[in-house]
Amino acid sequence: MIVAIILALGIVGFVIGRRRAASLQASGKERPHSRAHYHGWWVFILAVLPAVLFLVAWSVGSSWFVASSIRAALPAATVESPVASENLAYGMVQALARGLRVLEADGVTGLPATFAELQPLLAARGVALAADTRDYMIPLAEHLNAMQNAASWTGALLAIVLAVGCMVAGMRGITLRSPARNKVERVILWLLMASSMIAILTTVGIVLSMLFESIAFFSKVSPVDFFFGTVWDPRFAAADATDTEGQFGLIPLLAGTLYIAFVAMLFAVPIGLMSAVYMAEYASPAVRRVVKPLLELLAGIPTIVYGFFALVTVGPFLRDLSAALAGGVAFIQAQSVLTAGLVMGIMLIPFVSSLSDDIITAVPKAMRDGSLGLGATQSETIKRVVLPAALPGIVGALLLTASRAIGETMIVVLAAGVAARLTINPFEAMTTITVKIVNQLTGDLEFTSPQTLVAFALGITLFCVTLAMNVFALYIVRKYREQYE
Amino acid sequence: MTDATIGSPVARPARRDIGLKRRYAAERRFRLYGVGAIAIGILFLFALLFSVVSNGYSAFWQTSIRLAINFDPAIIDPQNKRETDPNAIVAANYPQLARDALAKKLGVDTSDRQVSRQLGKMISDGVRTQLRDMVLADPSIIGTTRDVWVLASGDVDSANKGQIDLSVDQARRKVSDQQVKWIGQLNADGTMAKRFNFGLFSFGASSRPETAGVGVAILGSFYMMAIVLVLSLPIGVAASIYLEEFAPRNRLTDIIEVNINNLAAVPSIVYGLLGLAVFIGFMGLPRSAALVGGLVLTLMTLPTIIIATRAALRAVPPSIRSAALGLGASKMQMVFHHVLPLAAPGILTGTIIGLAHALGETAPLLLIGMVAFVVDHPTTPLDPSTALPVQIYMWANEAERAFVERTSGAIIILLVFLAVMNLAAIILRNRFERRW
Repeated sequence: MIVAIILALGIVGFVIGRRRAASLQASGKERPHSRAHYHGWWVFILAVLPAVLFLVAWSVGSSWFVASSIRAALPAATVESPVASENLAYGMVQALARGLRVLEADGVTGLPATFAELQPLLAARGVALAADTRDYMIPLAEHLNAMQNAASWTGALLAIVLAVGCMVAGMRGITLRSPARNKVERVILWLLMASSMIAILTTVGIVLSMLFESIAFFSKVSPVDFFFGTVWDPRFAAADATDTEGQFGLIPLLAGTLYIAFVAMLFAVPIGLMSAVYMAEYASPAVRRVVKPLLELLAGIPTIVYGFFALVTVGPFLRDLSAALAGGVAFIQAQSVLTAGLVMGIMLIPFVSSLSDDIITAVPKAMRDGSLGLGATQSETIKRVVLPAALPGIVGALLLTASRAIGETMIVVLAAGVAARLTINPFEAMTTITVKIVNQLTGDLEFTSPQTLVAFALGITLFCVTLAMNVFALYIVRKYREQYE
Repeated sequence: MTDATIGSPVARPARRDIGLKRRYAAERRFRLYGVGAIAIGILFLFALLFSVVSNGYSAFWQTSIRLAINFDPAIIDPQNKRETDPNAIVAANYPQLARDALAKKLGVDTSDRQVSRQLGKMISDGVRTQLRDMVLADPSIIGTTRDVWVLASGDVDSANKGQIDLSVDQARRKVSDQQVKWIGQLNADGTMAKRFNFGLFSFGASSRPETAGVGVAILGSFYMMAIVLVLSLPIGVAASIYLEEFAPRNRLTDIIEVNINNLAAVPSIVYGLLGLAVFIGFMGLPRSAALVGGLVLTLMTLPTIIIATRAALRAVPPSIRSAALGLGASKMQMVFHHVLPLAAPGILTGTIIGLAHALGETAPLLLIGMVAFVVDHPTTPLDPSTALPVQIYMWANEAERAFVERTSGAIIILLVFLAVMNLAAIILRNRFERRW
């Protein structure tokens, strides 16, 4: 709303600024520095940019100020107890304040002073409150709403004043020789730069968010138990029972992750590599035009579809097949390492083939011609010359693929099972890091229990492993590319 | 020279066996491996598509029963107080109306409790809201008789589609012999028919398969795609322009580049953790909201879009840039007036492909609470909603046969969306992309 007003002001500024500059230029004899619409844009930027920045700063600052003053007003009894309960009390006040706003919107006047009377009113409007909300919180909640209102009104007013002020100042500054274009372009350059920083911010966000939660986790469970523990048994305990500590051993999950990824690579690498070789060395352009998009279709299918395919088709098929082979007793479970690995392998075929295809085509033609000229057959040329030359690049491609296999989630969630155990039998179910992240974080959760925090520790492990593989792979691929350029 | 050889009676020496046969056989084998690998890949593709389509095509038809429903005031409003109490017609026993109509149709005596219960199970519970909405929209139909198509229950639907094995003893299947007989009877006189399942596209979550649909999920996915498009296209293009055209070659630029390449390969579930910790935990945005999903998917899609955009910008030949600069354009004017329009088709293609990826992404959405039972259609991106792939995940975990069918149906819908987007990208590329 307020942003819309500021934008409207900006547009007004643009129009007036451009007209002013245009009339100046029409009358002036001097050569103008910038065309009229650059002056308009400059006024627009002056009107909008400071006001919006101010609004952001104001809303962050004011919400911090409101929160801290309400917290200060909480009775001493609550504050003295541990931090968690102060947060809890503050949360209740916030919920109450939201509820009061709903009442206000419905036109209810004459608020009851006790929670017992207030609750049915709120419940009738679908606002659920914690049962141990206290009476003293009601005035606090009203106070909170009042302060929030005041803050937002003042902020809006100040922002508009700022926008108008800057706009007028900008319009005053319009002269024939003022370098409006350079100024506008400098602002655009800054915006472009800021956009490219988002990539860095994302990485920093990923690392910091997971690091903080992981540190919170490791303050409750020792890192040694986590990284070297062989038992995964997180035990979703009742919220207040603190003595039932779960065991968070990473080893079974890591083993499952690597095992399934290994099985997947076992399927994907030969098929993907051979089809890449065929496509790059043998296939006629017509065949290539048809087959390449078909294989790439496999890459475009969402992983949830693969998961469903594994769940309803591949898993039961393998189970029935094994039952038929063994005469009645199925030795392959429907959810197993084999099922998940096979289906994930299918998903990875296009990654392997298109990455290797690029790398094989990048091998210089002269090397092939030399080998063929010496009398080698085409397959000998491929095996003895092209593939060895492409090997570093292919290794890089395979590493990238493997990192994808490790981070893959939906297939394993549906096809690998949830039992965390250590086994080398590929016909049994195992579970992976990603499955457990999903398991620990779906459903109701509290941010403070190790049962949920462990997901972030798992996440940062996953992130580090895949990051290391990617960095190494990209390094190899880049180095290889330079070799033949 | 040549004459001498022609006349020579000396027999040609036996050819030395240099293993040519063996080598050619190896060559053929190698080629065959290649063909085999491609064949296996394509076979898997078709197996997957076949499995989905054969499971799911029937989800687009739903068994319905045409009933002449008598809106009997004695059942809707036995105490005759609908003038004074609006709740009277909301809470009325509408299933009873449908049950009576069906009993009349089949000529069954409803006084037998057993029979009556089986009869009731023929009709979906969704009939309650269906008839209630009819009455609420037009209270004057009370007392009249109308022909209404009502949904059959999920089990009847499965039986009617032949998905339930009727040779099993009736105690161990979900439809009784009596019900099967009724189904045959209704089918024979045209009262029961398979009609196009509009509900699949409009309904929200439901625990009954016949009234479960992807309406909420499509809406949620649509909001998310809109957010992703609005945020990631400008930011991605701006970042690529900076990196490709303006950035000085220095440490910082290198770091950003390596960073973007790595972000493109970060497992998607990690973005879910980021969203949970930052957008929900730190900023306090609501769980299950399409807004949060959109933001997470934006961060995930940005690297893809940046990489595609940079490739498109790089493909614009330097001569264009030199010409623009030579005519006195500033660098900014050169980029925005000349390079960017020429790169636009490539950028749009990359964006559409990035969007298609985001549309099919599930894992990060699971972590930010999109796994939710949402019945009401969200009106803003801040309301709880689900997404199409998440709905598929939730249905995949349901045990009932009818849900397998619906899951496959939802997958078909998702794949059609993806196909349309990719087709648009291909057309765009073929139409507008210029080769320099």
